[in-house]
Amino acid sequence: MLRIEDLKVNYGGIEAVKGVSLEVPQGEIVTLIGANGAGKSTILRTISGLVKPSGGKVFFNDEEITGLIPYDIVSKGITLVPEGRKVFPDLTVLENLKAGAYLRKDDIKPDIEWVYSLFPRLKERSWQAAGTMSGGEQQMLAVGRALMSKPKLMMMDEPSLGLAPLIVKDIFDIIKTIVAQGVTILLIEQNANMALQTANFAYVLEVGRITMTGQGKELLNNEEVRKAYLG
Amino acid sequence: MKKLSSANLITVLLLIVFFISLIVLEQLIAPTDRMNMLLVSLRQGSIFALLAVSMNLLNGFTGLFSLGHAGFMLIGAVTYAIFSIPLAYRDMVYLYYDYVIKVSFPEIFGNLLGGPGMMIGVLISIILAGLVTALIAFLVGLPVLRMRSDYLAIATLGFGEIIRAIIMWQGMGRITNGANPLRMFTRTDSFNITIGGYTFGLITFTLALLSAVGIFIILLLVTSSYGRAFKAIREDEIAAEAMGINLFKHKQLSFCISSFFAGTGGALIAIFMGTVAPIQFRAAMTYEFLLIVVLGGIGSITGSILGAMLFVFASMWWLRGLDSGAFLGLERITIFGVNLGEQVFVSGFRLVVFSVIIMCVVLFFRRGLMGDKELPYYVDKIRSKFKPTPKAGGVDA
Repeated sequence: MLRIEDLKVNYGGIEAVKGVSLEVPQGEIVTLIGANGAGKSTILRTISGLVKPSGGKVFFNDEEITGLIPYDIVSKGITLVPEGRKVFPDLTVLENLKAGAYLRKDDIKPDIEWVYSLFPRLKERSWQAAGTMSGGEQQMLAVGRALMSKPKLMMMDEPSLGLAPLIVKDIFDIIKTIVAQGVTILLIEQNANMALQTANFAYVLEVGRITMTGQGKELLNNEEVRKAYLG
Repeated sequence: MKKLSSANLITVLLLIVFFISLIVLEQLIAPTDRMNMLLVSLRQGSIFALLAVSMNLLNGFTGLFSLGHAGFMLIGAVTYAIFSIPLAYRDMVYLYYDYVIKVSFPEIFGNLLGGPGMMIGVLISIILAGLVTALIAFLVGLPVLRMRSDYLAIATLGFGEIIRAIIMWQGMGRITNGANPLRMFTRTDSFNITIGGYTFGLITFTLALLSAVGIFIILLLVTSSYGRAFKAIREDEIAAEAMGINLFKHKQLSFCISSFFAGTGGALIAIFMGTVAPIQFRAAMTYEFLLIVVLGGIGSITGSILGAMLFVFASMWWLRGLDSGAFLGLERITIFGVNLGEQVFVSGFRLVVFSVIIMCVVLFFRRGLMGDKELPYYVDKIRSKFKPTPKAGGVDA
């Protein structure tokens, strides 16, 4: 579904991503794990068009989308759940969801109900300002907001960041539910344990290069990965 | 058509009462009456309300801190004036230049259709003023809107002054009359209707109605999906972009629409004041509107309207006595050998008191009088105080 070939990204002379190739097949959960500064977020930001690559190509359903503006990329069906949630704090939960469906012209009511059925908590808080909710609820809202654009591919940047372990487990359960409903997921995590247990396929990223690939469960038992990321 | 919630209904009823009372008041109060100040303040207040709301669209809803409002108002005022001075008077207005624009819409339509035709001409001139302003705002926006926060504020502030300098420039004299005031254009007196020898004064009503139409259009925009996109940009640009909102396009849209209404508001100011002197439209004027927006509540339309009314009433009417030596009888008091009336209540003291009041508002109403809520929200709140069981979820979707 998504294919990246030899992607390179520079931040003012510093090469953050040094030629990464990866593939995300339809209907699966693929995860990218790696330490701080490995270039994980940069890759997601480049796919979603927030950062321009200095080299390499990005294909979505065999169509090249390298260097397009975010507007075009979202309308093709790729949505990003940004790092640190980034909900719109002064807007209500419902307004946040509606903002997520901004590019859609069709009826969004059924999807709002769908998101509410995934996250009953959001329905209770539908009139609350998003900024006043807890971190876990905000993460649910960020995911719900991204789902409102009816994405084919949803990219999640560290959904477990700053959340209690129990809530992290909830979020990952939801991810599995979403995939079962036909959305493909590209997931970035520092919480390698959780990510590898959930993902079908995983890439390990180190300072801008992919150093290891394999099935999620396989990497979970790999000695090197255990040492470096699982402790 | 969606059914109005009861809180919205009350707000609409209040508005209707307000407009009817405007018509009635204008018939009751003679221009020589002391209470005429009420009418004058209402006129200026409603124009200021439109201008404040248009600024709020940009600063409050889209989160673009722009300070070029006075410049855009000037474009609107000048455009209106140029296209509505009757041709016969142009020689008296353009004393030092040969005027090039020889069109006067109120005159054209007035000759064509009689009395009501002139109103159409005035309307066309006002809308043209808005369009010209929006066009120039579009051009200014191309470079300026690529900047953020403080840089945007500085750049727009600069452009506001540049616009004024260009309009005052001698080279533009044949169009804008340079630094000389434009006058003798169609004014408020033309809004009165004479039926059977009795003249109905409709000046206040007309100005308030025109402003209200503008405010209503902005309200519709803010509650539409565009409005949601504007608010999303204000809250978080990166998240908004990740939702597929085209940042630059929406900023440009908000900037142009805000400027359109700054231009129409400027035209109304011209109608209200009777002359347009570019020197009046300095950056200080922008700050007045910024003050109103902050006073009323950033992101609240009804807040801006309330703020504008309070600002105009306080500075033009209620506190005027502080400048002229008579205020609530306090002028007779002498403290430490200082007579309040003669030595304290002199020219300029009004501004001192006004500043203190504003400081109090900023200290005790930190988010402005209304926060980012609208009037129906408060109507609901007051009503629920009187009801034993408050209804949950009273806000209309």
